[in-house]
Amino acid sequence: MRKVQAIVIGAGPAGLAACIEIAKAGGKAVLIDENAKPGGQLFKQIHKFFGSREHRAGVRGYDIGSQLLKETEELGVEVFLDSPVYGLFQDPQGIMVSYMHEGQEKALLGEKVILATGAAENALTFPGSTLPGVMGAGCAQTMINVNRVLPGKKVIMVGSGNVGLIVSYQLMQAGADVAALIEAAPSIGGYGVHAGKIRRAGVPILVGHTIKRAMGKDQVEAVEIVALDEGFQEIPGTGQVMACDTVCIAVGLTPLTELAWLAGCEFTFIPSLGGHIPIHDENMATTVPGLYVAGDIAGAEEASTAMEEGRLAGIAAAEALGLYDEITAAPLKGSVWTRMDALRTGPFGQKRFDAKAQMLETAKGGKE
Amino acid sequence: MPEIKVKNHRVIKHPILSEDAPCDVSIFVDGKEIPAKAGEPIAAALLASDIHIFRQTAKKGYPRGIFCGIGRCTDCVMTVDGQPNVRTCVTPVRAGMKVETQIGLGRWAE
Amino acid sequence: MKDEIRFTGIPSAGDLAAIPGIAGEERFEKGAVAVIECVQEIPCNPCEKACPFGAITVGQPITSLPVLDEEKCTGCGACLAKCPGLAIFRVHKNYTEDTALVEFPFEYLPLPQEGDTVACGGRDGNYVCDGKILKINQSKAFDGTTLVAVAVPKEHYMTVRTICRKKEANL
Ligand code: SF4
Ligand code: SF4
Ligand code: FES
Repeated sequence: MRKVQAIVIGAGPAGLAACIEIAKAGGKAVLIDENAKPGGQLFKQIHKFFGSREHRAGVRGYDIGSQLLKETEELGVEVFLDSPVYGLFQDPQGIMVSYMHEGQEKALLGEKVILATGAAENALTFPGSTLPGVMGAGCAQTMINVNRVLPGKKVIMVGSGNVGLIVSYQLMQAGADVAALIEAAPSIGGYGVHAGKIRRAGVPILVGHTIKRAMGKDQVEAVEIVALDEGFQEIPGTGQVMACDTVCIAVGLTPLTELAWLAGCEFTFIPSLGGHIPIHDENMATTVPGLYVAGDIAGAEEASTAMEEGRLAGIAAAEALGLYDEITAAPLKGSVWTRMDALRTGPFGQKRFDAKAQMLETAKGGKE
Repeated sequence: MPEIKVKNHRVIKHPILSEDAPCDVSIFVDGKEIPAKAGEPIAAALLASDIHIFRQTAKKGYPRGIFCGIGRCTDCVMTVDGQPNVRTCVTPVRAGMKVETQIGLGRWAE
Repeated sequence: MKDEIRFTGIPSAGDLAAIPGIAGEERFEKGAVAVIECVQEIPCNPCEKACPFGAITVGQPITSLPVLDEEKCTGCGACLAKCPGLAIFRVHKNYTEDTALVEFPFEYLPLPQEGDTVACGGRDGNYVCDGKILKINQSKAFDGTTLVAVAVPKEHYMTVRTICRKKEANL
């Protein structure tokens, strides 16, 4: 079986960044992804990113995606597409990765393996939630920005995190009308500047509201929404019916952890990071020797933090492979940590900062 | 004069993105010919032609359409060129494809 | 206070009064100036470098609110299209005797044409007054963002923040 220094699974922002770091260190990395195209969810991000200007803030997501792809190409990273990974097996020499390609089972041995499988959108169940026209917000975003097709003309968005706010904005840019954005919590989850954009376009944001049911025969034609009290209970008599042909669900992400379970990683449960996540240390190393995680699988955050985690895992894996000595690796990792900590400060980042800190404690505890 | 931006639900002109390429092939949905772009997911071509019901559930015949768009939920499966349970959100269009609304678990073509 | 931005999506008068991105009353009398309506501590700082005159400071940590130096700001407008939050506006209160100029990013189609009279909206998108399009600026450097400048009756210099988006205009 062919053996390589590092295998990275998932070609989104975290996986690409990890490969780039390994290749920069002089290592050989193979990138495997189940999709036909690399980039993960970056190419549907058509807005300008936040963050620090030294790190591409103000640049649109798809341009960041193209830059990362160009770098991986220039550094000679080998990329296997259309290749879903279905198994990870510990081996004395590393970790064996089994995947399918064009109907054939294949395998590759990696001294180090980095899981960057991302996250999936959460669903929401209510009467009518299975009607055609009810879909994930990310699904609608792919349709309008990548496939250039409008899934509907009049949209109700459920969820006010940055995804719900940004996709609402982009649906309008593509020519749809957003009838309302509703949020069960008493306040808006995402950034005020994103909310401000859609308010200026006339979209009402109804906090303390939820969707009670979607109506329609073969397709969504309307929804009934109701107000909620502080205990998230329906306030009687507040129901109102709104016409729409599409309901987009943006109620958070769950890390895609199947491969980490298969590999035998220990897990911890942190709701603010999306649920069960593989325990990882300050090098993104899991409890399985030679196996690292990066990006949303290590806790659902944003593309900017995913890229930083990918870099960190890549540098750490390169160090573990002996491509860097400790003295070279330490400042590289340190600067990633500085940037990551910055992305996790302020009222929107603190919770994730605390959750990650708690995670590191758990990881340390496990080692003693 | 307002610009015509959306044609058959296709987003041709966009304030940020460059103008979109036109359809270059056709596919057949339950025998009806619709325009499509080679390589785009089948589901995109269907939505562009205002087709939202992809299948009917086995027991109650409830309609289902696209949901996750990333190949995970299997809500979007249809019978494609005689093969049932093809996830249309991740399966690329090829010229002349025959796509059928799937009833229940579907049947292989004879 | 339920009118804060985290409940409504709109910066309230109180939100705006509390931030360091908006010049004092007198500065508005003297000419065009940037109005930075960025009221939450988010990890972001491209505005800082966008200003060729060093009039915007975010500093450390990166979540600090942008501070506008109203003396250094020349009202050039270079920062508007660089803000990913579309939260910076250019306001010239005394544009003419009875009109003010308000400039803002606008990323929708259709775009109006210079000279058109259009409906102008506030932070909630609701109609405020009619305005005249002075300039549609689509510089390549803006990376797809269009800047629209309108002349509006002077009293609306701090209320008009957009042109009303035409809903379903193209469907
Ligand atoms: S308007 Fe010009 S001078 Fe004023 S802050 Fe913006 S870039 Fe700087
Ligand atoms: S660039 Fe815009 S959103 Fe970012 S800190 Fe500056 S004003 Fe706020
Ligand atoms: S929509 Fe979920 S698998 Fe296609």
